[in-house]
Amino acid sequence: MRNTNEMEVTFDSYSANERFARVAVAAFMTQLNPTVEEVADVKTAVSEAVTNSIIHGYEQEVHKISVNCQITENVFIVTVKDTGKGIEDIEQAMLPMYTTKPELDRSGMGFAFMEAFMDKVEVKSAVGEGTTVRMEKTIGKGRSLWTTQSL
Amino acid sequence: MKFQVQENCLTIFLPREVDHHHAEQIRKDADVLIERSHIRYVIFDFKETEFMDSSGIGAVMGRYRLIHLIGGEVWGVHANARIKKILTMSGVTKIMQIYEEDQK
Repeated sequence: MRNTNEMEVTFDSYSANERFARVAVAAFMTQLNPTVEEVADVKTAVSEAVTNSIIHGYEQEVHKISVNCQITENVFIVTVKDTGKGIEDIEQAMLPMYTTKPELDRSGMGFAFMEAFMDKVEVKSAVGEGTTVRMEKTIGKGRSLWTTQSL
Repeated sequence: MKFQVQENCLTIFLPREVDHHHAEQIRKDADVLIERSHIRYVIFDFKETEFMDSSGIGAVMGRYRLIHLIGGEVWGVHANARIKKILTMSGVTKIMQIYEEDQK
């Protein structure tokens, strides 16, 4: 049988909840025994996705954001979902340095960071309906468990 | 957030986590000081910082945009390995000098 686990949290799109989201995800992923680096990667990616929902999806209005985490063996999948205004041109939005809100000091590096820190990033979006970002990362890649080796 | 002004130089002591939530506050407070004190040099002190995302990059870029018009510079100090990685990956190190202090 495959080793699986899942959790989901839904919260209001206050900027203070960005911290809550990444800490909740980090806490859930500890069961995979990740390195400090892997936890930091996932935290950064989650922070980017949630920030996007708050700033761009809901344009600072307060609505709900859902974060779902799934574990299958050593693969960690995190999905961030909002029901905001959606993205017109996903390809353009994902270009590094591209931002629609430079006046808010946005660097346009959000998706670039998600792609750099996770193994796979998928974005589904419909204008007026919302955006779902699904990110995947294999934990402990190329790391053999020392406990399985004979001493 | 702590700030320190010495002549035309502003040091921003960044919080433990620099995300969108904190970056907003940095932006508001720093810009008031930059304007009021005729700041030309902005130093970002990452001593306390353990987490940063692209909002932090935006904060650096925003301050740079503000002061480079008058020939100013932005500097980064006390960045740990993770923060350095984020800064380098984003390319912001092209506009921000990272000060490496001598090992004691």
